[in-house]
Amino acid sequence: MAYNISNQHYNFAFLDEGAKREIRRSILKAVAIPGYQVPFGSRELPIGRGWGTGGLQITLSIIGKDDCLKVIDQGSDDSVNAVSIRKLVTATTGVETTTDTNAATIIQSRHRVPEEKMRNDQVLVLQVPNPEPLRSVSPKETVSRNLHAEAEYSGIWLRLYEGIVKYGRTVIGADHPVMVSGRYVMNPSPIPRFDNPKLHQAECLYLFGAGREKKIYAVPPYTDVVSLAYEDHPFAIENVKGRSCRLCGATDVYYDEIFDSETNEHYFQCSDSGFCEKRRNGTEVNLS
Amino acid sequence: MNDTKPILSVRDLAVRFGEGCDICINGGDAVLDKGHCPYCHSVWALNKVSFDLYPGEILGIVGESGSGKSTLLKALYFDMEITEGEAYISQFKEGKTNIFELSSQQKRHIRNHKMGMVYQNPIMGLRMNFSSSANVAEKLIAAGIRNAGKMTERAKYLLNHVEVPASRIKEEPRNFSGGMQQRVQISKALANNPPILLLDEVTTGLDLSVQARVLDLIKRIHQELGISMVVVSHDLSVIRMMADRTMVMLNGRIIEEGLTDQILEDPIDEYTQILVHSLL
Repeated sequence: MAYNISNQHYNFAFLDEGAKREIRRSILKAVAIPGYQVPFGSRELPIGRGWGTGGLQITLSIIGKDDCLKVIDQGSDDSVNAVSIRKLVTATTGVETTTDTNAATIIQSRHRVPEEKMRNDQVLVLQVPNPEPLRSVSPKETVSRNLHAEAEYSGIWLRLYEGIVKYGRTVIGADHPVMVSGRYVMNPSPIPRFDNPKLHQAECLYLFGAGREKKIYAVPPYTDVVSLAYEDHPFAIENVKGRSCRLCGATDVYYDEIFDSETNEHYFQCSDSGFCEKRRNGTEVNLS
Repeated sequence: MNDTKPILSVRDLAVRFGEGCDICINGGDAVLDKGHCPYCHSVWALNKVSFDLYPGEILGIVGESGSGKSTLLKALYFDMEITEGEAYISQFKEGKTNIFELSSQQKRHIRNHKMGMVYQNPIMGLRMNFSSSANVAEKLIAAGIRNAGKMTERAKYLLNHVEVPASRIKEEPRNFSGGMQQRVQISKALANNPPILLLDEVTTGLDLSVQARVLDLIKRIHQELGISMVVVSHDLSVIRMMADRTMVMLNGRIIEEGLTDQILEDPIDEYTQILVHSLL
């Protein structure tokens, strides 16, 4: 049975105004201290923890009636997670939604930064499973807080070094740690290394929300974001040379790899479905 | 030797477990029964311990289990909060700053640059899920080195020095024997050329032939690098072989100290006499 959420039953954007105000205060603090994880009172939502509740709470707290929302999951506008979140936000706010990065004012994303260059009037909200880059160093929150306070990041550097010793290169595929504004080391959420450089001196505001871990952090526009790397092993993105999208023919973008078991062939296809669709429609796009 | 300025001076170091009471805090040794306060039941693991370590010296500390030997090293390496006391390192701020009053950042600096520690249990000193090379490199990373190639070269050199085969430096220490784990610990402790090395029962749990190899290695490192060492052991033969000077501890206090030969051949304190004779 179809169930329509009515504005008469719920406050605008589901959360009550007090909750949204508290989250916005946390966001302001996060913007003021780039890369610093601000604790916040993560609320219960009608989706499960670990399904993007951190990002969703940020989106619901900052969204206004005039906003245009885009929700993507691993680059796709059509995945279950993206569709569920989009439905919830539209049902409780009535805002317009889009698959066009350029048209959106708020983009909520899981695991990808869009291929198109974002402007300074746009906000990218990323869903974060593990906000703490020092969690592998110490399971204790008090210890990791002290280590952040003292900028003691040896444990993270050691993780990078271990990959070099064993495999001759750093082996962190996604969530490669970054130094933000020369002060805090941050997990950029599990985006591929391909997307890390897009955070550096970006025009848009990046907001990161971890619902389970109850943390919000941010990269404000025009902030230095440097991926951690050793002098003799520079940071490198995934190798996409020689590949192109089978649908739109795009090169130098991040791809999904598809295996056809009937023909035993590998295909590559743009991970960012909105970007791919625009290219196929012949619309000009500005790569970030 | 006493004309030289000590590299490490420890004064009135105390570690108490428990709240303490006016009687045991102000009454001193007289009221303590074997390091315990009979009134508040606090344990004085260390009670007004003072000593000097001189450059190039190996200082041995002996005593029975629970006498405070390991607690002393853990307190000096900031693994444990102290109750009171002072310590000065001549190579840190000209030996004028009490290292126990430093910020945790400065304490970390001392741990990484001024002191190395080899624990009795390798699990305490090594990351068992990281390679041996990474274990050594951890100290170099903490010292600010960000060149992986240089760190690997240094790790190879040190691990080779302690006879860990080059073919095994990518392996995690959890796959190693106890003796080899101790040797990895030693190379990690030496990574930044610290002037002071703290060794806590490094040969305990090893068989005699491996014990001899580890002790020979430490002697060789001492001769080559001239590092000052504090060697803790309950085994008098280890102390006889290693130490220039020896302190005997009992119930958290130093009850006798002197040249090792003097302590072992002509002990003055009754407990030391029992300890030495129990060996024979």
